[in-house]
Amino acid sequence: MVRVPVPDPHRHGRMLALGAYRPVRVVGNDEIVPALGVSDEWVRTRTGIGSRRFAGPGESLADMSAAAADKALAEAGVAPDELSMVLAASMTHLYQAPSLAAEVAHRVGARRAGAADISAACAGFCYSLGVANDLIRTGSAERVLVVAAERMSDLLDMADRSTALVFGDGAAAVVLGPSSTPSIGPVVWGSDADHVRAIEQPRSWRCLLDEPGAGWPFLRMSGSEVYRWVISEVAPIAQRALDAAGVTVADLGAFIPHQANLRLVESLVKALELPESVAVARDVITNGNTSAASIPLAMEELLRNGQARSGDLALLVGFGSGLVYAAQVAELP
Amino acid sequence: MFTKDIHADFADILYEVAGVDPADAAPEKSFTEDLGVDSLSMVEIALAAEERFGVKIPDGELTGLRTVGNAVDYIEKVLAAA
Repeated sequence: MVRVPVPDPHRHGRMLALGAYRPVRVVGNDEIVPALGVSDEWVRTRTGIGSRRFAGPGESLADMSAAAADKALAEAGVAPDELSMVLAASMTHLYQAPSLAAEVAHRVGARRAGAADISAACAGFCYSLGVANDLIRTGSAERVLVVAAERMSDLLDMADRSTALVFGDGAAAVVLGPSSTPSIGPVVWGSDADHVRAIEQPRSWRCLLDEPGAGWPFLRMSGSEVYRWVISEVAPIAQRALDAAGVTVADLGAFIPHQANLRLVESLVKALELPESVAVARDVITNGNTSAASIPLAMEELLRNGQARSGDLALLVGFGSGLVYAAQVAELP
Repeated sequence: MFTKDIHADFADILYEVAGVDPADAAPEKSFTEDLGVDSLSMVEIALAAEERFGVKIPDGELTGLRTVGNAVDYIEKVLAAA
């Protein structure tokens, strides 16, 4: 029989600080549309996107992650060797080993931390936040670094209208620590395997060895299938996260859904009947869809431009390839 | 089922989802050409119609529904077969 410590009911997890890294190169629609036979107007109408950023040399996934992590650690006043765990959420870490988290732990000097990656596509940040919060609440960790980073451009077929217009690169990091008051609500998560093929890398990396001339296995997305699923399933998921936290939309300072497409954001705002007072994340307009990084980057934008403040309650909703989803209410760092 | 009722309810949905004036929602009107309703809005309209009429409108059917009349006829047909 193992001995287990009794969790302290007054020990909670809290986001202490947030750091972001956006690649230097801004890419407008005009640069991308010629290869796709559509106009800037068409892209803006269908997705709301006007530009996105693509990572360049010196902006590997690890580079961007470490930059964001360093900012978050400095802002939190936490030394890297105080970290107990590094969690990294990404769907574009192209190395089987070491994990992105281990690489980041090495770069930032988190000598005493465990390190593990979470692969939950565009829901990666919300999954990681849920896990980090629970690690702290149970006493499994003291301070956790959550990194969400993507280099979607590595998997993007610039001749594919369904993906080339939508995705972008970037990284964000959050440092979490213990708190005597609740700050992060229960996570509502799940997956809908009926749509497991809706967003996928259709062939394994093995194809590069097995099939000469196979070509790079670019990410493929069945846009209308995903759009339809989001419109019918995500608002109820968001509502469950509100109910689990015992709050209503009137209590919210911010709504930060995964920045997949501006029309989806607006549809969710309408379905949830958000009051005018709630700040809505629309980072997708200038940043595109940065998958796992989209929610924390959008959070950073709202805080930076003053639309939301530290301590405000935010409803976070992530959903992506799987189709997996996770949502929770949390106080902004 | 009276076609007029379904048409009126469908026009309601067009107004709620896409802001189309019910006076403009005549059967011969094309979603994309006349009413400024694109394929993404069609997905929302289909979902609202599924809920309102208790029918299924699979993704594959949507491209064939080019006019308001096409959509109303489709819904009527599914309801009659139920």
